Amino acid sequence: MSYIAKPKVTHPSLKRNRLGLTTRDYEGTVSTLCAGCGHDSVTAAIIQAVFDLDIEPHMLAKMSGIGCSSKTPAYFASQSHGFNSVHGRMPSVTTGANMANRELTYIGVSGDGDSLSIGVGQFVHAIRRNLNMCYIIENNGVYGLTKGQFSASADIGSRPKKGLPNQQEPIDPVSTALSLGASYVARSFSGDKAQLVPLIKGALRHSGFALVDVISPCVTFNDHEGSTKSYAHTRQFYHHVVDLDYVPPAEEIRAAYDDGEAMPVELHDGSTLVLRKVDQEYDPTSRAAAFKYLRQRFNEGEIVTGLLYIDDERREMHDLMGNVDRPLSELELGTLHPGKAGLRKILDGYN
Amino acid sequence: MAANNDIVIKIATVNGTGSASANGLLRKAIFRMGVPVVGKNYFPSNIQGLPTWYEIRVTGDGYQSRSNRVDIMVAMNAQTYQRDMAEVAPGGLLIYDATWPRPDLLDREDIQVVGIPLSRLCNENFDGVRARILMKNIAYVGALAAFLDLELDIITGLLTETFGDKQHMIDANMQAIRLGHDYAVEHFECPLSYKVEPMDRADGHIVIDGNTAAGLGCLYAGATVGAWYPITPSTSLMDAFRSFCNEYRVDPETGKRTYAIIQAEDELAAIGMVLGAAWNGARAFTPTSGPGISLMSEFLGFAYYAEIPSVVFNVQRTGPSTGMPTRTQQSDIIACAYASHGDTKHVLLFPADPAECFYTAVEAFDLAERLQTPVFVMSDLDIGMNDWMVPEFEWDESYVHARGKVLGKEELDSIEKFYRYLDVDGDGIPYRTLPGVDPKGAYFTRGSGHTRHGAYTEDSAAYQDVVDRLLVKWETARSMVPEPEIEYSKFNKAAILTVGSGAAACREALDRLAADNVGLNYCRVKAFPFSDRVREFLAQHEVVYVVEQNRDAQLRTLLILDADGDPRKLVPLLHYNGMPINAGFVVDAVRKELTKGRAA
Repeated sequence: MSYIAKPKVTHPSLKRNRLGLTTRDYEGTVSTLCAGCGHDSVTAAIIQAVFDLDIEPHMLAKMSGIGCSSKTPAYFASQSHGFNSVHGRMPSVTTGANMANRELTYIGVSGDGDSLSIGVGQFVHAIRRNLNMCYIIENNGVYGLTKGQFSASADIGSRPKKGLPNQQEPIDPVSTALSLGASYVARSFSGDKAQLVPLIKGALRHSGFALVDVISPCVTFNDHEGSTKSYAHTRQFYHHVVDLDYVPPAEEIRAAYDDGEAMPVELHDGSTLVLRKVDQEYDPTSRAAAFKYLRQRFNEGEIVTGLLYIDDERREMHDLMGNVDRPLSELELGTLHPGKAGLRKILDGYN
Repeated sequence: MAANNDIVIKIATVNGTGSASANGLLRKAIFRMGVPVVGKNYFPSNIQGLPTWYEIRVTGDGYQSRSNRVDIMVAMNAQTYQRDMAEVAPGGLLIYDATWPRPDLLDREDIQVVGIPLSRLCNENFDGVRARILMKNIAYVGALAAFLDLELDIITGLLTETFGDKQHMIDANMQAIRLGHDYAVEHFECPLSYKVEPMDRADGHIVIDGNTAAGLGCLYAGATVGAWYPITPSTSLMDAFRSFCNEYRVDPETGKRTYAIIQAEDELAAIGMVLGAAWNGARAFTPTSGPGISLMSEFLGFAYYAEIPSVVFNVQRTGPSTGMPTRTQQSDIIACAYASHGDTKHVLLFPADPAECFYTAVEAFDLAERLQTPVFVMSDLDIGMNDWMVPEFEWDESYVHARGKVLGKEELDSIEKFYRYLDVDGDGIPYRTLPGVDPKGAYFTRGSGHTRHGAYTEDSAAYQDVVDRLLVKWETARSMVPEPEIEYSKFNKAAILTVGSGAAACREALDRLAADNVGLNYCRVKAFPFSDRVREFLAQHEVVYVVEQNRDAQLRTLLILDADGDPRKLVPLLHYNGMPINAGFVVDAVRKELTKGRAA
């Protein structure tokens, strides 16, 4: 596998964002994933989202662990710093990075093996700390790079290409996140860019831990009949409950919504998420109701998608800790200690 | 035998009975009389109920290591009474609580056994179970004050410092002191034939433990992110850092903090947080001990290969596995030197006492940033958790923290293109950039194979190019790390070489051997990789006794691997029972080797 740079030729008609950048400026190197991989669609959705949000490339930090999903930060935003860490440990690295510099926007890309098997410990602790990041799981139920073993998100009865169907309970990242107090929980499908892009935008702008679980089929090892993470299965059982429109700060909500259908949620940065309920009974602000609904639909074999839960009031990790607004990494080291006189005073306690 | 200002007092109590403050009071009272003291805690991995000991060595000569002798035993624990009595040196004193009968069978003719009804005295004078238990401890301090001729005014002063305006606490404690003191004076000959005599050898010194000193070093180093998972014996390092930060890192107006301490879910996460923070430009560290190092291993290799400055404090304890968590050893030397799979090696710094913990902490952050690699501060339980008398720390106001090769926006503007792993200066250390500065500085940090330009690779030559450059950096590290401490007292081709907390015992042993006309040269290594001076020192000698606190002669192995040490010349003298090494052990071991040499 080589590292292929994309030619940087921009057609003059390409749309530019407020920074004067085109989507090409948010691309990375050529993907080395299999043709048709769901992950490449997620990459395209991320590029669209960060372009639309006018994120300065150097203010974006791309974090990942190990696996097919974790390679993808190389395929977008080449003008942003990336940190491809070790297997299952992206959350801890992102936690430290975020503590050092709270001004960056953190996007973590992980997989179901990376987050739910080897890395489940770090995944759950990042959630309970309400770490301010957008956490995307490219969820396909299998290990790709090691050739098709089930991951912890494989459904009971899902058939592998060879061998026996899975018999173990799956770990559902969405209900896991809900139970741990996550403040933004979404699920989508790599094949539904219209739904996915606004969900990623909302996650990037949300203050706190934002999970976007994306069913992203593995064309090589888990797209056959009998798999519950295939394109065909996902399309058949896919169920929108709450879709999302992202409205940037200072922009009017122009689309017309029927009464009761739309619910605006204003974020800390002044932007607004307009939640469009497809199922009128669903309440995305009630953790308990969301949990119950998801469980019922799960038992019926449905894949519930959309912005499933939001709480924009819960304080993110820095605010819970009472940290200064300035990035800790920018503080002048010489100002962080009480000097010679202070040392004298401290040592008086030890004589 | 004990003599004036050469006395070892050992106090045997039950864990959780509040004896620590009484023992601290005693140690401080002696120190305030200007007499050097060492305080060692031998405690169980337990919160309440198991035996625990505190040993105070009164050492007019200022020796820092543990003595292997006990002159006065305060035997407050019936559970260990028999072994405590057996430990007292001939001519010594044993004090026990005479409230309850004591088995006469255990008597020894060669020591003085003194019964003081401490519990009864306190039960008669204090109300409440807790107060009675605590005051019983204070009362034995009073008795010792009588036997050792300690100045009661100093004790009153210390109590006033501790309790401030809580006059009733000062009064109650002084009452307990007097109960013990007066009973001893009335019933026994006080002071003993040896006592504590005021001196001025404690001037300019403090008594502090290494973890507190290292935590203070982190404050002065400007560390802003500390991530950790609690583990004995390193926990008090983060506790100390936190308490200094509470004092000096909170904005008085906003109440906001200029530090982030994260209690991680495990050590894997702790080091991951350190790497994320350091990658992003903060000074970040984690304190841990052996089991934590094992868990951090994968990330440590990542940090070596992706070149992320990071600081790990390893307060070593007794291994293998869980081992004896509250006992000391230097048994992680190889585990840290080569932590992680693949060809990895790491810079280790070895402080020998709490003063060096302070300075080494500051230096470790500088070295980590200059070298862009993990740096380990290899302390141990003996240094980290015991009370050492050391010279007061100095802070040089002109000191500027070394941030290493970091390109800012202006520098990025002035170059055509930035490549993360290019050896521009020929010292093996590339330039790095921080996120959030400029898109031109963007690069992809990875633990997978990469080229000098930072791109992914599976190309043999491009891969090898980078790992070979890391060897150039290793040689640069060799020239940057602290030089060894070397002394040629009497050049005779034989020497003692030691590391870390072995220094105190070796120093004392050298004096004792010299008094016996055995002159040995001395080298204490302060860092790995070994500087050229260590290599020269080994080459100069026909025999080098390598004194270290582990079973497998780990330092000796490194000397062979990294400093051309000749295995035939390097004689291991190994102390690894979990107790701090003492001078007597070194003297005996050296003598034994010398006898062997003569026989051959």
